[in-house]
Amino acid sequence: MSFIAVFIWSYVLWLVLTAGTRGMLWSGEEVIAGAVFSAIIAFATKDVIGEKAARFLNPVKWVGFIVYSIGPLFWGMVKANLDVAYRVITGRIKPGIVRVPVDLENDAQYTILSNSITLTPGTLTVDACPEEKALYVHWINVTEKEPKSSEVIAGSFEKWARRLGR
Amino acid sequence: MIEWLIALFLAIGVIFNLLASIGILRFPDVYTRIHAATKCTTFGTIFIVLAAVTYSIYSYYWVQKDPAWITIGIHSALVVLFLVLTNPVGAHAIGRAARKSGIRPHGAVIDELEGRL
Repeated sequence: MSFIAVFIWSYVLWLVLTAGTRGMLWSGEEVIAGAVFSAIIAFATKDVIGEKAARFLNPVKWVGFIVYSIGPLFWGMVKANLDVAYRVITGRIKPGIVRVPVDLENDAQYTILSNSITLTPGTLTVDACPEEKALYVHWINVTEKEPKSSEVIAGSFEKWARRLGR
Repeated sequence: MIEWLIALFLAIGVIFNLLASIGILRFPDVYTRIHAATKCTTFGTIFIVLAAVTYSIYSYYWVQKDPAWITIGIHSALVVLFLVLTNPVGAHAIGRAARKSGIRPHGAVIDELEGRL
């Protein structure tokens, strides 16, 4: 199953990278060579990617990722950069490392949430502890020293991460 | 018309990349500098690549129907994907390594990781 997952991902990446060999589409040689090379890569790395990676082949999840990255994540990045611009110019900071309890189940959800937190306003993930269900976040402007949930830090990102990484 | 759009994207991208460099000079310690460096360079580079993609689409449809333009557009769009996936992970690794080697956040009001790593 993980062989199929790696094969499909590398084949999609190959097709995207080689688009335009015949008009705007692919020539027959490219398609065949891509299948061969993807099979080699899939055979070599099928133990690395893990058994559960096949759940990301679900097209509903892809739509979710696209909606998430264009909508909430991009908007969060816009706000983050205006916030950093404000702090660079005025120099008004009140930093600290706070512990944020989160309610997530698997590693993919932790990855999504901590990457989103790093890219959005005033926060930087310093350590993730799945065993105690917490993230340690460097916050550039601490307004709440012991947050009860990730709402003040990350807004709705925890909901999105839980849904997308499931 | 399209030149103005491309110029706007380039201006936004360059301004935010400049802001990242100013942030590195102005902020007091490693964590706040990582803040400036990660967020602003990611965002600025997205806009610079967006300008490249706009230019390649425009060139394909209105200048010359050459598939090489499409290739340029797709390859630059992939750069954004890889940058957004890897940049926060690099920042996280640097921040964690800094905290682990005992660097305290400058002027911290709270430090939950004190004595934990």
